[in-house]
Amino acid sequence: MDDFLLLAFAAGVGVTIIAGPLGCFMVWRRMSYFGATLSHSALLGVALGLILDLNPLLGVIAICVAISTALYAMEGDQRFASDTILGILAHGMLALGLVVVAFLDNVRIDLMGYLFGDILSVSPFDLIWVYGGAVVCLILLALIWRGLLSMTVHEGLALVDGVPLGRVRLIFMLMIAFVIAVSMKIVGILLIISLLIIPPATARRFSRTPEQMAFYAIILGAISVLGGLAASAYIDTPAGPSIVVVSMLLFFFTAMPGVARRQN
Amino acid sequence: MIEDLDDGALIRATDLTVSRGGKPVVDNISLSVNSGEIVTLVGPNGAGKSTLINALLKLIKCDSGRVERKPGLVIGYVPQQLEIDPTLPLDVRRFLFLGARNSLPNLETTLREVGFSTSLDIPVQGLSGGELRRVLLARALLREPELLVLDEPTAGIDFAGQGELYELIRAIRDRRKCGILLVSHNLHLVMAATDHVICLNNHICCEGKPDTVSRNPAYLEMFGSDTVDSALAFYTHHHDHRHDLAGTPIKETGNQRQEAGNG
Repeated sequence: MDDFLLLAFAAGVGVTIIAGPLGCFMVWRRMSYFGATLSHSALLGVALGLILDLNPLLGVIAICVAISTALYAMEGDQRFASDTILGILAHGMLALGLVVVAFLDNVRIDLMGYLFGDILSVSPFDLIWVYGGAVVCLILLALIWRGLLSMTVHEGLALVDGVPLGRVRLIFMLMIAFVIAVSMKIVGILLIISLLIIPPATARRFSRTPEQMAFYAIILGAISVLGGLAASAYIDTPAGPSIVVVSMLLFFFTAMPGVARRQN
Repeated sequence: MIEDLDDGALIRATDLTVSRGGKPVVDNISLSVNSGEIVTLVGPNGAGKSTLINALLKLIKCDSGRVERKPGLVIGYVPQQLEIDPTLPLDVRRFLFLGARNSLPNLETTLREVGFSTSLDIPVQGLSGGELRRVLLARALLREPELLVLDEPTAGIDFAGQGELYELIRAIRDRRKCGILLVSHNLHLVMAATDHVICLNNHICCEGKPDTVSRNPAYLEMFGSDTVDSALAFYTHHHDHRHDLAGTPIKETGNQRQEAGNG
């Protein structure tokens, strides 16, 4: 295996380690459209990062936090369904990102790389970001796991049980922002959400507990990365989209009768 | 927290107001619940019952007024509904343990107390309305609460089951001596057990002992005159609709959706 493939595989697995469990919560909390809105805003974050001469990852994290805070603040607003607001923001922010990027004369920006991923160009430095962040996220997630699960079941019950809702919500949001920022390189802004949603959805069929589902989601994510990279190496398909296609095929294959009996 | 709640009151709201879209949903309400007392909130849909409960539990902020609790008060809460996404693999046992800080030595006894006899290994999403109510009640009781807050405990339960459930609630109060705050849209069913009824339609229309309230003109106006006869019966029909009588239109409020949307 070539070095760049190894690096790509390592980065992909690093992302799935955290995308698996977080994606489970996004599925349980029905946040896939919310996640898509954040990830579509990421391009604007990249552009802002470049303008302000910061690491683009920080720009992405900042914009994700800003958007989710704004969405949270608008939650009580009854004039528009949250679905409508998400629809406006998801595409509006992507368009805004594309417009702002067009104004960046002095920097060359690999637009296709940001939109569809550029996993084969992962550098050892990127790996440090991915694994450093994944370890921090996993520790944080372990700390808030019970509270977050409790909130997912029922916020009122969680509050009465003494879960600090605001703090748990903030940590969860920051982790989503982080995972979006690092997955951008792997599958690209337009496909990030599939990395978060498909493996947990597939894992559901094999799982009897929330923890099992999170674990299987990591495994399935890693298999998708491996399959996608293999396809890219042997039949020369684009790597990022191939990962998503493999992930989707796994979902449909396990959905076929007789392949997996749905647990409880 | 204010010290004057050593007088036996577990929780006390004073002049509580919560507004939605500039309109008070909970309008200047004061109430308190003491140990061993069952306080029932009745009122039509949109009367602000759930909003009041959420404000008391500090799930939502109130615009004015204050809520005081006995220091260290342990609350057991049974929400009106539980909508868990089917993608979350969660069996009943795990659900019960989510709320517990330690092991659950009283699990067996509590389940027997609430009459839950179904397997603990089935998914929470697969429980019937009645079973879910019992599991939620068990979860609340496992905390050994001093105050039990029940939001429409009969939601999704058939008629015979409702009476049974209220009997159970009364038995819990008698056995555990805890205070109980109950939300219902049906006064008649809870009459026998309730100590204090608060009739709510955003503001407090009237309050007092159940038999007094059921004869109060404000209550009759809200629920209709046909309740005069039926108030004395134990089982009567539902009142989740509104009667429009004597040319006095009863204000329609559209808050129920918002209230239910908190989960």
